[in-house]
Amino acid sequence: MIRRSFLGFGKPRLQYNLSPSPIRELPIPDKVILFLKGTQNGGHPSEIKVGDAVKTGQRLAASPDSDEYVISSVTGTVTDLVPYVDAYGGKYTAITIKAGGQDNWDDKFNKKTTFDTVLKFFEYAPGNPSFKPFTDPERTIRTIIINGMDQDLVLTANQCVVQNESAEIKNGVQVLKNMTNMTSIDRIVITVPENLVQQANTTGAELKVVSATYPHSLPHMIMKDMLGKVVSAGDTVEDTGVVFISAEAVAALGVSFHTGQLPVTKVVTVVGKDGNATNVRVRIGAPIRGVLQACRITLNDRDRLILGGPMRGSPAYSRDLPVQHGTDGIVVQDEDNSAKTTDYPCINCGECVRICPVKIPVNMLVRFLEAGLYEDATAMYDLECCIECGLCSYVCISRIPIFQYIRLGKHELGLIKTAEEA
Amino acid sequence: MNSEKLVVPHALFPSGKGEKKLVVAHAPFWHDGSKISTKNYHIMLAALPAVLMGIVQYGAPALRVIAFATACAMIWELVMNLVMRKPFSTGDGSAAVTGLLLGMLMPATAAWWIIILGTFIAIVVGKQIFGGIGFNPLNPPLLALAMLLISFKGVFDFNEALLNYDLGFAMTYPLADVKHFGTAAIDKFSLGNLFMGKQAGGIGCTFGLGLGAGGLYLMLRGYTRWEISLSFLAGVFVTALLFNISDSTKYAGPMFHLFTGYTLIAAFFLAPEDSSSPVNLIPMLIFGALAGLMTVLIRNIGAYVDGVPFSILLMNLANPLLDNIRPKAIGKVV
Repeated sequence: MIRRSFLGFGKPRLQYNLSPSPIRELPIPDKVILFLKGTQNGGHPSEIKVGDAVKTGQRLAASPDSDEYVISSVTGTVTDLVPYVDAYGGKYTAITIKAGGQDNWDDKFNKKTTFDTVLKFFEYAPGNPSFKPFTDPERTIRTIIINGMDQDLVLTANQCVVQNESAEIKNGVQVLKNMTNMTSIDRIVITVPENLVQQANTTGAELKVVSATYPHSLPHMIMKDMLGKVVSAGDTVEDTGVVFISAEAVAALGVSFHTGQLPVTKVVTVVGKDGNATNVRVRIGAPIRGVLQACRITLNDRDRLILGGPMRGSPAYSRDLPVQHGTDGIVVQDEDNSAKTTDYPCINCGECVRICPVKIPVNMLVRFLEAGLYEDATAMYDLECCIECGLCSYVCISRIPIFQYIRLGKHELGLIKTAEEA
Repeated sequence: MNSEKLVVPHALFPSGKGEKKLVVAHAPFWHDGSKISTKNYHIMLAALPAVLMGIVQYGAPALRVIAFATACAMIWELVMNLVMRKPFSTGDGSAAVTGLLLGMLMPATAAWWIIILGTFIAIVVGKQIFGGIGFNPLNPPLLALAMLLISFKGVFDFNEALLNYDLGFAMTYPLADVKHFGTAAIDKFSLGNLFMGKQAGGIGCTFGLGLGAGGLYLMLRGYTRWEISLSFLAGVFVTALLFNISDSTKYAGPMFHLFTGYTLIAAFFLAPEDSSSPVNLIPMLIFGALAGLMTVLIRNIGAYVDGVPFSILLMNLANPLLDNIRPKAIGKVV
């Protein structure tokens, strides 16, 4: 954990980790757990049954015409299908596949570079890309930004891919170019930190160097700094005509369209209690337990297990949860070293106001959020401008869970809006 | 009714025997380590040089006032915690800071009942009835000072209060001298002596060097907002300079105003009090500058000898209004 500096009159500057460690390949796990999104009634998907044999790279969908699917990351048999609700209320079916140890590749993937193919096979590629905005008739996407920087402190998974797989990224950029040939896209930009300029230069995308200070690699900040575009409150970057794809996902595209095998592994930065970060490549769906064991990290009672980074990650309650396609990091934190919140009120010291990258009056916002006045918080104190970097909570002297209040506020507002529309 | 079956995630991943129980909390998982108690202890630490000088000068009576005021403030806080059935908050140091600062503002001869009453006003009226730390609209020690000042005539008349002391320098209150007799009466004070604490006044308010060093420490460490402190000093300086230029026989020069009365303790310890001052850059500058301006206005043409308590309390009232001057959030749609 980075503490307050001795001289505190300036803003604390949190720097991204810019020295990725080499990737260690982990063996195929005994079983993988894949989360298949939203079968409407919560029942079991009709197409998949316990006992089914699946191949590596096989597309598993709830029904033949369903948009939602997962890609099996191992060859083996389905042993379990259970409903699963994640921390944010999303409903999934957890598919457990017992792995045989050998890979038997599925051959359904054709290498046609069209949006349909990509939508059909790459929505759940490592790095959590989203290709749906390209086919949304209400949006015109003009720019693709390949984010070669990690989204959180300490993590280096994405930078690792840029460093080691620039040839694959180049192929991926070519795939994107071919795919978007007939559409409105006129720019493909890659954003990397200063030390990866050499690798990024060879990828064929327009190069932009991003600052090494948190939170400058978050999409909203890149939009502002690199493109000079400001995303309006409540809008997504896609509404502004830009799609962000992580470098890892682009590299996965490059590999797959070259070899014909779908991506089934994910690079994860594993951070132990001592703060040392190592990068490992694991099968998507591998339980965290095995990853921690391979990195020789032990857990005690009341430790924290974080999926993602220290500023924006989400907590896990069990080591049996799997690495997902969007899991960039696994951080283990000792009880003594973890940030604890209090129920003290805001003392109006203004640290949050001065550190907020989008100039939200957080001192006033948090008062409204504490009182549950979410609509006023949006109307008067810019709740929806928040880009969710977590810096306000990081510097809060009263240790108010401001970030949690903000996410809760946005969630509640979403519910209010849905209720009004219905 | 929602007929949907509630799915407990634990059903999928049962925490079996021997499985570790993990703590689940919201991001961020890092914190910079700052704490309200740390901040308050540092403020007390920064005030220490000035307090020690007061104790050296006035001896045990000064120590009595400081210790009694600090203790009383903490006891009032504890009493209010009990009465309002709130968790104990004496440990955060906020009440101790309030008591210490109030003690520093008082003359060494302050009676015990003045201290009890003063700390009552500061903690109970100034802070707790508004909801405690973070909710006080006015600066608690200054509210207490202002109420005592207008209620009891002799207590804060330093000429009268320190009548029996002879510390080897002119024992008249400089601000009273210049107010009643013009600048001719302050020739006996050299700026160096004033800065080194050789002047009559509150226990912890006269030692300019100590207050300045403490203030500098707080500003550099980021415990107070330098914008308020410096703009307050600038406000005092510029206003006093203009008065001095207009009539130098009646109005003292800017440096005299900086080193006398409550100016320095106000600049570094009272004006930047968190909850009663603004947080945005421009409001902070306006807040400090106007408070400084009004301080000198009251000193030079007002009814009171020192204008600090009233000018800062007035600006405290303007604080919510001032803090509306803020930058537009990035992405805000108007």
